[in-house]
Amino acid sequence: MEKSLDLINARIRDGTARVVTAEEMPGIVDELGEEGALAEVDVVTTGTFGAMCSSGAFFNFGHADPPIRMERVWLNDVEAYAGIAAVDAYLGATQEAESKDHLYGGAHVLEELVAGGTVELRATSRGTDCYPRRSITTELLLEDMNQAIMVNPRNSYQRYNAAANTTDRTLNTYMGTLLPRCGNVSYSGAGTLSPLANDPGFRVIGSGIPIFLAGAKGMVVGEGTQHSAGGGFGTLMVTGDMKAMRQEFLRAAVMNGYGVTLYVGVGIPIPVLDTGIVRSTAVRDGDILTDIIDYGTPRRDRPSLARVSYADLRSGSVEIGSETVRTSSLSSYRQARAVATELKDWIERGKMELALPTRRIDPAKRSKPMRETAVTPRVRDIMNRQVISITEDEEIRVAAKRLLKDETNHLPVLDGNGTLVGIITTYDVSKAVVTDGRLRQVKDIMTRKVIKTTPDEPVDIAAQKLERNNISALPVVDATNRVVGILSAIDLGKLFGGRRRR
Amino acid sequence: MKLLLAFSRRGQHDPGREPVIARVVKETGVLVNVEKANIDSMAGEMLIDVPDADAALVRQRLEEMGVTVRVMENAIARDEAECVDCGACISVCPQEVFSFDEEWRIRVSSERCVLCGKCIQACPHGALSQQG
Repeated sequence: MEKSLDLINARIRDGTARVVTAEEMPGIVDELGEEGALAEVDVVTTGTFGAMCSSGAFFNFGHADPPIRMERVWLNDVEAYAGIAAVDAYLGATQEAESKDHLYGGAHVLEELVAGGTVELRATSRGTDCYPRRSITTELLLEDMNQAIMVNPRNSYQRYNAAANTTDRTLNTYMGTLLPRCGNVSYSGAGTLSPLANDPGFRVIGSGIPIFLAGAKGMVVGEGTQHSAGGGFGTLMVTGDMKAMRQEFLRAAVMNGYGVTLYVGVGIPIPVLDTGIVRSTAVRDGDILTDIIDYGTPRRDRPSLARVSYADLRSGSVEIGSETVRTSSLSSYRQARAVATELKDWIERGKMELALPTRRIDPAKRSKPMRETAVTPRVRDIMNRQVISITEDEEIRVAAKRLLKDETNHLPVLDGNGTLVGIITTYDVSKAVVTDGRLRQVKDIMTRKVIKTTPDEPVDIAAQKLERNNISALPVVDATNRVVGILSAIDLGKLFGGRRRR
Repeated sequence: MKLLLAFSRRGQHDPGREPVIARVVKETGVLVNVEKANIDSMAGEMLIDVPDADAALVRQRLEEMGVTVRVMENAIARDEAECVDCGACISVCPQEVFSFDEEWRIRVSSERCVLCGKCIQACPHGALSQQG
């Protein structure tokens, strides 16, 4: 059996459509079977509510008198992109205010407008014959604008990697606070309620279909930026009229140590046309798998620590190796449920009819990494290969002489096999001399926990290690922990003085 | 019950210079659990946990020794208008103060809080604050 969209819409119009949320659907399919569920259910509503950084809105402010061609625009001191037309601008959610003493950004401005608050518009221009005015400052409400059209380039991720941190310091990321030594796991996404998880083949989610966007009736524009459905990470570009949005579903947020973001509520109604759609909407948390990624690796390709389901994540803890680690969600399941429930109510009351995509989204597409034409400088490019080192059972006096003779401040310490076991600095030697005469050997005073780098580590990451640990040199080691070079702050200076002259 | 103690260390005979906790434990026999202590040269602050039934006695003895005692009832406050019930606070808390209820709302067990402040920083919506 198949069901036509016309039939579903006719039922919506006369108030007889059976609408359920994606949370209710798996149980219905269990009870009635696929054919039974197809006969019973007309629409499945989905919902998600979480941080969606790639969000923002186009505004048209209307013309002033005398008129101005705005070249730079600020809303509450947050700069908006004005390179589109005289009084148009796009405000991005993550753009931060220039002069605020606390973190405040585009997301806060968007929330303020939706909440009915006043926002200060400031703009500058060089002045032209047709647009003579050079600056303007005014206060605007959302209703004062001709248009306030939210266009979010990348929303509603199909699923998202969960995050943990194997390093020994706390990381502040867009995935929230990640405690050291895998102290917690942070995840995002509504699992069984997630819109794209209910139509991973993009059969009925595509361009032009109606959606719930932050409390307003919106629409899918098409595939989102970085759409990578082939790998299970599909995204959507969505749009909606901000004037119909509600603050409840549009909330500014600050990720500590990272920056501003916007929490957005997105819900998509799925017409139940055939048993294929019955199957895809019967998805449960346990069916949706994701990786726990180690954000302690400061690279694009980060290792996976474990593969888990959303059922595992939502249970409150997961297993990584032999450890039980507590989980935190960044997205709100309660709010995702509120989105799906409100959308269900709209459709039951005939307030929204469904449509099929005017253009399909590619379910097999994969996003590519950046093509980089300039080679990222690596530690091997600038490290000093003439390493002066010392063995751990030498006397401190020998170390002092060597530091003096070679005009260096750091000596990597090697064991009998030539592998790195510690480091000593001129400071360690001085301290040994003034504090206690009993300390005789290098191994008595060396720092055993050495912060080090490797030849192929990008220079930016090595520089971050120096800065974060307040040190001035890093031994460079190979895979067998043998010292092949030393990288000092002075070497970094060469790099910035040379190729990166500003 | 959690008690927040504040004491001066300025003078040689100020409570911060005396073994006040040890004295209270010895005199009253009440087992005091020190959950957090922050002591510098001039003053100190300490969070202790004592059985509810003995709290009044411990408090009285500490006050007699010159320690300022405050009962921590709602150590952490959650602003319901700001909170979206995401759960970012849950796993950063070492004391398991936060959890979800059946409706996926955040439940706060404030009595477990040791005022570490991690959740306040981790909350994306600025919904948590320490009761002053």
